[in-house]
Amino acid sequence: MSDYNFAYLDEQTKRMIRRAILKGVAVPGYQVPFASREMPMPYGWGTGGVQVSAACLTPEDVFKVIDQGADDTTNAVSIRKFFEKTAQVSVTEHTKDATVIQTRHRIPEVRLTEDQILVYQVPIPEPLRFLEPRETETRKMHALEDYGLMHVKLYEDIARHGEIATAYAYPVKVEDRYVMDPSPIPKFDNPKLESAALQLFGAGREQRIYAVPPYTKVVSLDFDDYPFDPSKADYPCALCGATESYLDEVIVDDSGGRMFVCSDTDFCAGRQEAAA
Amino acid sequence: MTKNQNIPERPPLLEVHDLTKNYGARTGCADVSFNLFPGEVMGIVGESGSGKSTLLNCLAGQLEADSGAVMFDTRADGPRDTRLMSEAERRMLGRTDWAFVHQNPRDGLRMRISAGGNVGERLMAVGARHYGDIRSAAEDWLTRVEIATDRMDDRPAAFSGGMQQRLQIARNLVTGPRLVFMDEPTGGLDVSVQARLLDLLRGLVRRMGLSAIIVTHDLAVVRLLADRLMVMKDGRVVETGLTDQVLDDPQHAYTQLLVASVLQV
Repeated sequence: MSDYNFAYLDEQTKRMIRRAILKGVAVPGYQVPFASREMPMPYGWGTGGVQVSAACLTPEDVFKVIDQGADDTTNAVSIRKFFEKTAQVSVTEHTKDATVIQTRHRIPEVRLTEDQILVYQVPIPEPLRFLEPRETETRKMHALEDYGLMHVKLYEDIARHGEIATAYAYPVKVEDRYVMDPSPIPKFDNPKLESAALQLFGAGREQRIYAVPPYTKVVSLDFDDYPFDPSKADYPCALCGATESYLDEVIVDDSGGRMFVCSDTDFCAGRQEAAA
Repeated sequence: MTKNQNIPERPPLLEVHDLTKNYGARTGCADVSFNLFPGEVMGIVGESGSGKSTLLNCLAGQLEADSGAVMFDTRADGPRDTRLMSEAERRMLGRTDWAFVHQNPRDGLRMRISAGGNVGERLMAVGARHYGDIRSAAEDWLTRVEIATDRMDDRPAAFSGGMQQRLQIARNLVTGPRLVFMDEPTGGLDVSVQARLLDLLRGLVRRMGLSAIIVTHDLAVVRLLADRLMVMKDGRVVETGLTDQVLDDPQHAYTQLLVASVLQV
């Protein structure tokens, strides 16, 4: 197919996005505004992640897409097909083989390497948004490191629920400077944000790109007497028996039957194969 | 006049020189100068539109004045002009040494956050990271402003007007500020609630040795709270002096009118 430029976006647009990415890498956790394009998919389906992926992909890359940990859900399948068609890159479902991984709401269980790029789809990049609706004010708060409000939210959690009840999109502080929304990943994944891989975050509708470079310090916010707890369901995976992976709860019948299975399908399948 | 050698001279907490703020061609306030000493309460009175709120907002750094200087005696570096400070430094002052009590508690409170969270916010903003400590400080302050501690996890929206105003005061005083700006703190409250609030304020100001600048049009409020009085008209200060002196023996025609206009019950 020659009607598309490589990876759908034109070269000027990719340059613009790469500049934003470079700035994001230079200032870890800082939200860089960029001129987000209309993509052939609705907002909220990963337009930001797709644009970042398009700017990162080279013809030699091996591409993987995860949606809530799974490779075979609608969002993952369509984005994977999109780049198969417009960039003719090879694709894979194996985390280890991939060089660029676009993800929605999960970090793979397998430890990532320096040769990999993890691209997140971000719905709301501003961690202070639901506490302070004014964009002018939140930008000023970031500039002045005025982050007391973030802890007020955690305080409210404890006051109301007896523990920090924020279970996903758990706010982190990057390199002792910027408070960042790690996108709606479960807080179980937060420790994995300190990674060998480059992590890029794209928010298409909100027109923001930010980044966590390899080996950057990422600390989940907490209180001294209520420390951060990366909790998960207290079961082993029903399919592969893993005890250390993040689990999805699946309702299996109408009489309250349920099972817990790995949310990372590649991880689970790999373990089942190894056991067989 | 001879100086009493036995009393050590304390530098003023706030020194204001020729502060001017214009709104285009109109005057907000013009050439205001005064000193405020530690532990002193200054009242600013005048009719609506006389520039008292403009002046207060300029002093508190919420409005940018056109010219003049506002020297604040900082804990670390002595007197510094707050107008030349960076925004970050001014904000830091705003949540440590300064406090601002708004007329409408809705402007000064976070209505969707519990009373405890409202009080704790300033503590967390200056780095408190121990939930238990923050909570007990909040509890202590709610007791001091006469809010039952079992209302601690309720949102301010469920509070009466007087309680909201008391909560706003607790939220502001929790970090032990040295200077409190108050904009009509008793406005919109009925008289009995007003009386209790004034009583509370007077106690707190005296006990904590606070300095305060109170803007109001209610002469009874300044009579109770203020040591000194500044009368403003059309953006200018027309008369200053000790509160009792100004109220009992007004010199300027406008002050005479103001004092004579108070309704007697």
